[in-house]
Amino acid sequence: MTINTLSQDGVQRQQMPCLTKMERMIISMQDPDMGIKLRNQRLLITVIPHAMTGLDIVEWLIKKCSISDEEALHVGQLFVKYGYIYPLKEPRNLILKADDSSYRFQTPYYWMSTRWPASELDYAIYLAKKNIRKQGELIEYEKECYNALHKRINHTWDFVVMQAREQLRASKQRRKGDRIVLECQEQAYWLVNRPPVSPEHYKLTTLTKNTIAMLTPWCSLKYIGVSNLNGSYVKYCEQYQPHDPIMQGCLPSNPWITDDIMFWNMNSETYMFIVALPTKLRVERWSFSFMELLNDQMGRKEFLTYLEKEFSAENLCFWQACEDVRHGETAKIPEKVDEVYKQFLAPGASRWVNIDSKTMEKTLEGLKRPHRFVLDDAQMHIYFLMKKDSYPRYLKSELYKNLLARAIVPQETKKSVFPFMRRQRHSSPSPALATQTAEDDGKAKYSNSNSGTASRL
Amino acid sequence: RPSDTLTTLKTESETLKTKLEEERAKLHDVELHQVAEKIEALGQFVMKTRRTLKGHGNKVLCMDWCKDKRRIVSSSQDGKVIVWDAFTTNKEHAVTMPCTWVMACAYAPSGCAVACGGLDNKCSVYPLSLDKNENLAAKKKSVAMHTNYLSACCFTNSDMQILTSSGDGTCALWDVESGQMLQSFHGHAADVLCLDLAPSETGNTFVSGGCDKKACVWDMRTGQCIQSFETHESDINSVRYYPSGDAFASGSDDATCRLYDLRADREVAIYSKESIIFGTSSVDFSLSGRLLFGGYNDYTINVWDVLKGTRVSILFGHENRVSTLRVSPDGTAFCSGSWDHTLRVTNRFSYARLLVNWSGSHSVITPL
Repeated sequence: MTINTLSQDGVQRQQMPCLTKMERMIISMQDPDMGIKLRNQRLLITVIPHAMTGLDIVEWLIKKCSISDEEALHVGQLFVKYGYIYPLKEPRNLILKADDSSYRFQTPYYWMSTRWPASELDYAIYLAKKNIRKQGELIEYEKECYNALHKRINHTWDFVVMQAREQLRASKQRRKGDRIVLECQEQAYWLVNRPPVSPEHYKLTTLTKNTIAMLTPWCSLKYIGVSNLNGSYVKYCEQYQPHDPIMQGCLPSNPWITDDIMFWNMNSETYMFIVALPTKLRVERWSFSFMELLNDQMGRKEFLTYLEKEFSAENLCFWQACEDVRHGETAKIPEKVDEVYKQFLAPGASRWVNIDSKTMEKTLEGLKRPHRFVLDDAQMHIYFLMKKDSYPRYLKSELYKNLLARAIVPQETKKSVFPFMRRQRHSSPSPALATQTAEDDGKAKYSNSNSGTASRL
Repeated sequence: RPSDTLTTLKTESETLKTKLEEERAKLHDVELHQVAEKIEALGQFVMKTRRTLKGHGNKVLCMDWCKDKRRIVSSSQDGKVIVWDAFTTNKEHAVTMPCTWVMACAYAPSGCAVACGGLDNKCSVYPLSLDKNENLAAKKKSVAMHTNYLSACCFTNSDMQILTSSGDGTCALWDVESGQMLQSFHGHAADVLCLDLAPSETGNTFVSGGCDKKACVWDMRTGQCIQSFETHESDINSVRYYPSGDAFASGSDDATCRLYDLRADREVAIYSKESIIFGTSSVDFSLSGRLLFGGYNDYTINVWDVLKGTRVSILFGHENRVSTLRVSPDGTAFCSGSWDHTLRVTNRFSYARLLVNWSGSHSVITPL
């Protein structure tokens, strides 16, 4: 091998011998008697003639060259790489698959030996055609190439556009099947000769663009410092300290220390032990934030009772239904969204929720193609409605104040000093016991607070 | 827009970063401990291990609590995943994964399943059967597929979705039932080692940390990185949100833990000591956010006063690296897992109780 890239007559050298060998084999593959059996292949709604499967190619090579299937796949792959055979279904994926994936022979017009090197002008015409035909059909790296070419060969750009228009006009006069075949051939040619820029480069470009998108909003915001946060950290820590068992202990006792699980039973979410009255700390915590109230199943239930008195319980039910859509099984989303629409959003619905017209309009539009987040705006609206209005009033209500007054402060249980008087560590029913029914109807499974009581061991 | 070459973009990105740094610097802002100057210091804590869970035959790599506050799932290097009732120390379920180095495990919110994965590049969900004879592996569901090891996983608000992070540099959100990828998150330049879900009202963001020393906050709906922080000097092994959701802590191989505030968009505290030389493998907050627990590669656990920045306790107990640490859902204790094959449930030792139980009628003082 020589390092000279130019041959005697100044033309670029290439791997001419291997190309010749490849082309000889390609020709015998297309022999009407001894070659691969071609058939019609449906591509979307059009029928493409003279197609073959990847398996056909591999099997023919095995037979012809007396080689193993591994070697046959390897050789066949080279034909695809050098553009002599192209895939129909995933044109950008220049791989040979030894299955029923469809392939076609590239027309000799586009063979590497005849058309090499691929000229910039031709590529520009190709991209211009794509751009004219469908605005925005150029993918990212093609757009970059297009812009770069526009700069580099700007002086001939009129010619490029004119050629592109002319070629498009001529192709319109062909039969649809022929037109598609020609488009496939051309596309395959360019995928081989102008492969996308290295994945690394593309990745870096995308990442840098994302970084810019991430940083830009901060330019229009005013920065706040820690000193402007109104001591939020200190406030939070102080507010929650009585609830932090490691900081301040817990009543009646920390189960890990005394082996007494009363603390867990009293604060249970699953009603395994019939909770008569909650602890004061627990009820107080509902007043820290709306999230705290909703996160506690008992708090949520109390809030629902309050809303029922106010005839606005549908808000909380709606919010819960939206949560179920958001966090539930993907396959069940359309039917769940439909249920939500019927119950809460449709005109005259039994539990109609009051959403502003703009949000309602947007939501109804989105319902035509339901997806996981289609109810987000409406859910957010109702959430903030409850947070700003119903929640503060609940905290001032008799219902809440009564409960807080009746809530208990448990007596401390002490760990016995005598080892033989220490409590037994009882096991508890596994959470895996319950919720068989919940599993069956595809409801999003949370902690099994809605599953009713289970007996205590 | 003019032709965007990579160089142009990079310049634009750097300019933005510098500009924003200048804006931040104008505030002449303070560190968190300066804001907390006036509050009372905590004094030294003594911690006591209440349970030691023995049963793994190899390095424990990960653990997670069940919402029932007493059960845990743990995974180890030899492929074993065990579900324990940590309160009684009984093992309730055991599964052998087809791969070693199970670096990630998580308990489903319902308590009915666990997820795990590691060198198999996958995250699989095992429904927990109560039939002693049933082979858990039979009902296994393969959910996530990455192109490199699985480093962390967690369920979102329900059993139906799982968030994963991987050595392939990405995070992803998956639908458990179908195994479909719902969203992918690209932005880290190297392995992603950890993640945590935000406890926010809207429940739509999470934070990840990686070998590129960056911590990134992501919008789960759009897949966009909305904030990123790069002040650590080495791999970030663990990230955990402050309970209010306004900040998160990170633990790194650079032997420090740091606190990043999302509103101020910067690091506001650093927890380090000259005597702490080895990396932090895992971090978590006590319920009120006042304490930060860190498990370290020098076998210790250090407990930090989040507000003051001082260390309030150091625990020696494990006989090898601490690889995982989580506070229980109700904050009554924390569990640490180690390369010494054990898991330990620990909380505070109280001298006050000691005095209360000294009733005079016996001469033995039993520590509680």
